[in-house]
Amino acid sequence: MSATVQAQEPILRVEDLSRHFITRNPLGKEVHRVRAVDGVSFTIAPGETLGLVGESGSGKSTTGRLVLRLDDPTDGKIHFEGQEISTLHRTALRRMRQRMQVVFQDPFSSLNPRMRVGDAVAEPLLAHGVVRSRAERREKVAELFRRVGLEPGFAERFPHQFSGGQRQRIGIARAIALSPQLIVADEPITALDVSIQAQIVNLFMDLQEEMGVAYLFIAHDLAMVRHLCHRVAVMLRGRIVEMAPTRKLFANPLHPYTQALISAMPIPDPDKEQARQRLFYEGGAPPAEARLKEVEPEHWVLG
Amino acid sequence: MAPPLLEVEDLTVRFDTTAGVVKAVTGVSYTLEAGETLAVVGESGSGKSVHVLAMVGLIPKPPGRIERGTAKFEGRDLLTMNERELRALRGGKIGMIFQDPMSSLNPVLTVGFQIAEPLREHLKLSRKAAMARAVELLDLVGIPEPHRRVHQYPHQFSGGMRQRAMIAIGISCEPKLLIADEATTALDVTVQAQILDLVRKLKKQFGMAMIWITHDMGVVAGLADNVQVMYGGRIMERGPARDVFHDSRSAYTWGLLNSLPDHDDPGGQAGERAKRLTQIPGYPPNMLDPPAGDPFAPRNPYATERCFVEMPPLVQAKDAAPGHLVAAWYDLRAVRAQGATA
Repeated sequence: MSATVQAQEPILRVEDLSRHFITRNPLGKEVHRVRAVDGVSFTIAPGETLGLVGESGSGKSTTGRLVLRLDDPTDGKIHFEGQEISTLHRTALRRMRQRMQVVFQDPFSSLNPRMRVGDAVAEPLLAHGVVRSRAERREKVAELFRRVGLEPGFAERFPHQFSGGQRQRIGIARAIALSPQLIVADEPITALDVSIQAQIVNLFMDLQEEMGVAYLFIAHDLAMVRHLCHRVAVMLRGRIVEMAPTRKLFANPLHPYTQALISAMPIPDPDKEQARQRLFYEGGAPPAEARLKEVEPEHWVLG
Repeated sequence: MAPPLLEVEDLTVRFDTTAGVVKAVTGVSYTLEAGETLAVVGESGSGKSVHVLAMVGLIPKPPGRIERGTAKFEGRDLLTMNERELRALRGGKIGMIFQDPMSSLNPVLTVGFQIAEPLREHLKLSRKAAMARAVELLDLVGIPEPHRRVHQYPHQFSGGMRQRAMIAIGISCEPKLLIADEATTALDVTVQAQILDLVRKLKKQFGMAMIWITHDMGVVAGLADNVQVMYGGRIMERGPARDVFHDSRSAYTWGLLNSLPDHDDPGGQAGERAKRLTQIPGYPPNMLDPPAGDPFAPRNPYATERCFVEMPPLVQAKDAAPGHLVAAWYDLRAVRAQGATA
């Protein structure tokens, strides 16, 4: 099964991507360098979900921002649909953004409070000239609302009239408006109520089935990542320390940091949770000379 | 039998806003025994935090007000105490830990000073004795080099260390009751696990009672003796942790546990579609205008007509463990059994 996916040309190929934050003294001499992302490589196949996990400060969100070109890499290449995008300029970037969209963590701050939500969803359609008439626009917005499980009549309302879960649906409607091939989802369920998280995860899966969209799913909830993602990459201090198909990674984690992370997952069952064996990671940052090695098919470990 | 440490009766909290009255907490009653760990579970707007903050006098009044009810701590009603009396309890017999250690620690005071403050205030220790105790407490919560760290400022601590420092402040006066409001929510999973290990150890050592407010069922499973599930400002279910998890009687609790990814799920792989999660339909209620009866009724597939008009009382669940209470007009076990055979 996996061979068929591998045979396809990846939709996203990230090579040796780095983002360093450099502090200089007044003479321009480098005094401090934070390696937020440091030589990261991965691919995503069409219709695939790659989970990116790690702790705060591991570089997972920065990686997402680099892929979206919301931030410029210090080094490395990003190929999207066969095109090198890490050096693209405005006009070409705009075209690319029809094909690659984003869903953020906080549906509150990502919607303009003074704009009707229907207009917010219509914005990308107008910006890219997809709809021509008012009627066409209304129809398209109504269709998008239905697709994400909202009543089309809600389009006339303002963001404050919605709950967090509904706002995230609006954010998703906006992201899928231009039928993108890749959506970068940065902690898209973290801010939602527990009873709503399953709804949104199901919506992500339904949209993938219908549209064949691929996801870069950035999250720290390992249980959701295990459920939703086909493959997972684990980040530690700017490096990917392990990457494998989800099932292999959870059944046989090889890097001590991955082992610690998985053993720390809380289990919602008192008997199992209280019998859980914890593993600790005390290894610190991965050595600079370490490289990802394929230890079994598709299972990569930094060593 | 000794009287309970905390006895809450019919606690009802309202917020007067320009948009109307927010019915944040309605008719909450329960008791907490000395040494008991109670997890209060619920989502935003469930009243889980507000009802506890209201008890210790930490909601802004106005817009907040306590409409009715009592909350007796060691026999004295917290709700009729003045600010001076509450201050004497908070940080003393009632310790508190909040979600965000960055905003609850004062950035211009050393960590040591902030741990020493309640010791001087409540236990009347000298400055020197209090600082010595602060070093011991930092050591106790697992901060390396406590002698050096005690003189540092919060920004010199990592997130996990700040939360440990907050715990040190919370337990400094050996409280009878420790209130933790989403105390591990902002932390990474590995740090969260370490903090929970620490809390379990400290509980054994000091024997304090805890109210642990969270939305994370995994955290609840590892920590709680008893679980209290809140929704729409009311208690929906309460009982021993094992029974609430394995024999849920509220459709909300059951739906919540059922919506989580299966822990035995081996995980996805390429070319395979993941199973859909069992979602709870609908959205949480608007607390300006909550449903007339059971607040979960509009989202509950098992709701009866009565659920929509009348709030059920919180009573002992049928054929359940003693102390396992539920507020439901429907019998979840019966309707689920019926559903399985139909």
